[in-house]
Amino acid sequence: MERDKNFILGVYDDEDVLMDAVTQLRKSGVKIHEVYSPFPVHGLDEVLGYRRSRLPIAAFLFGMLGTTLALVMQFYMMKFDWPMIIGGKDHASLPAFIPVTFELTVLLAAFGMVGVFMVASNLKPWGQARIFDLRITDDKHVMAIDLATNAGLGEEKLADVLKISGATEVNKKSFE
Amino acid sequence: MQVTSSVREPLITGGKTLKDVTHDISRQVEGKPSMLWLLAVLVSVGALALGFIALAATLWEGIGMWGLNKTIGWAWDITNFVWWVGIGHAGTLISAVLLLFRQKWRMAINRAAEAMTIFAVICAAMFPIIHMGRPWLGAYWALPLPNTFGSLWVNFNSPLLWDVFAISTYFSVSLVFWYIALIPDFATIRDRATGLRKIIYSALAFGWDGAAKTWSRFETVSLILAGLATPLVLSVHTIVSFDFATSVIPGWHTTIFPPYFVAGAIFSGFAMVLTLMIVTRKVFKLEDYITIGHIELMNIVIIITGSIVGIAYITEFFIAWYSGVAAEQYAFVNRAFGPYWWAYWSMMTCNVISPQLFWFKKIRTSIVLTFILSLVVNIGMWFERFVIIVTSLHRDFLPSSWAMFYPTWADVGVYLFTFGLFFTLFFLFAKFFPVINMFEIKSIIKSSSTKQPK
Repeated sequence: MERDKNFILGVYDDEDVLMDAVTQLRKSGVKIHEVYSPFPVHGLDEVLGYRRSRLPIAAFLFGMLGTTLALVMQFYMMKFDWPMIIGGKDHASLPAFIPVTFELTVLLAAFGMVGVFMVASNLKPWGQARIFDLRITDDKHVMAIDLATNAGLGEEKLADVLKISGATEVNKKSFE
Repeated sequence: MQVTSSVREPLITGGKTLKDVTHDISRQVEGKPSMLWLLAVLVSVGALALGFIALAATLWEGIGMWGLNKTIGWAWDITNFVWWVGIGHAGTLISAVLLLFRQKWRMAINRAAEAMTIFAVICAAMFPIIHMGRPWLGAYWALPLPNTFGSLWVNFNSPLLWDVFAISTYFSVSLVFWYIALIPDFATIRDRATGLRKIIYSALAFGWDGAAKTWSRFETVSLILAGLATPLVLSVHTIVSFDFATSVIPGWHTTIFPPYFVAGAIFSGFAMVLTLMIVTRKVFKLEDYITIGHIELMNIVIIITGSIVGIAYITEFFIAWYSGVAAEQYAFVNRAFGPYWWAYWSMMTCNVISPQLFWFKKIRTSIVLTFILSLVVNIGMWFERFVIIVTSLHRDFLPSSWAMFYPTWADVGVYLFTFGLFFTLFFLFAKFFPVINMFEIKSIIKSSSTKQPK
């Protein structure tokens, strides 16, 4: 069977039941493809075994880039390219450069991180999500299990496991 | 399973289920616009059109259309600028600072408050740009592009330039913060819609899939953005206050300006949030989400920030006396008892006395009184900026150049234009965007709502 095509779906009403189900299924050796929720369920990424997001690192690096660019820009313009005496101050007056440096740090950190997030999560205006169940943006949590990666367990066994774990519905979904 | 805390008041009333939340908020977007909404848009667009005449006249003739003179170079325009920027402080404060403090009541109001922030900053930014006289040249006057395409740069020692960076950063970061949180809610509307609406909201939802991995990243991004936006909010009005504080004008040259301006900004911002939310909750029937409890908490923020502002006014007076500088002392006595005494005492009444009424629980939990007082606070905050700007300028160092400021129809008209713009944008937002953050409300429905009837 081909991977990433045929799924069995467990539909859950309650996030706490869902969390227990994820833990239970993973313990019994089921490989969960992904869980889809209408809102962020705290701790769900941990029980699914996802590693912590590295986006804070991206934010930090972009922030540092902003700091550097801002300082280089201001020192170049004010000290080297066209030195001017303003209010009798030094051409290179660092305290006066702090506000713009701060703003550009925040600007680049925010935009850089959000940009990386968009690319990583494939978010774009022309993006089309693969929708397992329309209700995942309304009131249901859906656990998707790839039938191919869990070939050893068999479809019926998986349906039983999902039902026992507290799924209110068990459905099938295939993508072309 | 329903967990109800015996200590905390529920944030969501009416025993809402997840489906109810989706339905209650999406209904506004999907339904036909009500007559009341159409009327509101009509009035706003009317103000916009009327104000546009004044704006066009100002752009055509130059800022000589305004009541400015050689003594008073900043008056209505900069007053409006500071006032609108101040209003633009509540949204990001609510969504960023209250997120870091884990204040869950923010969830019902943050979406609309952030929208208000963005629209208010747009209105604010207009004034310094128009004040440049030839705004079409503003790009290389205000941005670090070489002057006349030679090599003379903008002055990085000037707080006015810091302001350009502060406000444009604040605007763009707030916009991104707001939009990121809108994506999952657009996806909700996308998945309920058909036809043209589905095409539009699919594009707006950016292909959101609701996967646990995406949510995990989303939460990280929100937290970091909140962490970045928090000092940003404080920096914006701090830098606006530097525009005044770094000058040598008595009445402006004050070291308490940064915290005093930030407190004032939060004060006026919360007042505007209350004005808008009281109307929105009524028109869109959102009483179960924006409860009296929310209104009371916002009123408490108003008491605190209003009191800080009051202490700042008194401190200014004390320091002027204590400094022993005659010009400084005169500037403050002139504020309170000079020709602009009426503006000063309007400010004192609206900003110092009226918010103290919120110490009475009856008043801070009354919708009608809160609405009236929120308008009073915003009038007071406009006068505060007028008092600081105009009364400090009008009595110059040379008595021969003392003058008074009289606004012209163009001053009033351009202000009206920004009101039109602000409300037009806000009403369009309220109709076509989910006004309440659905996914955040859903995430607290188990812990913070009243018992579901089963």
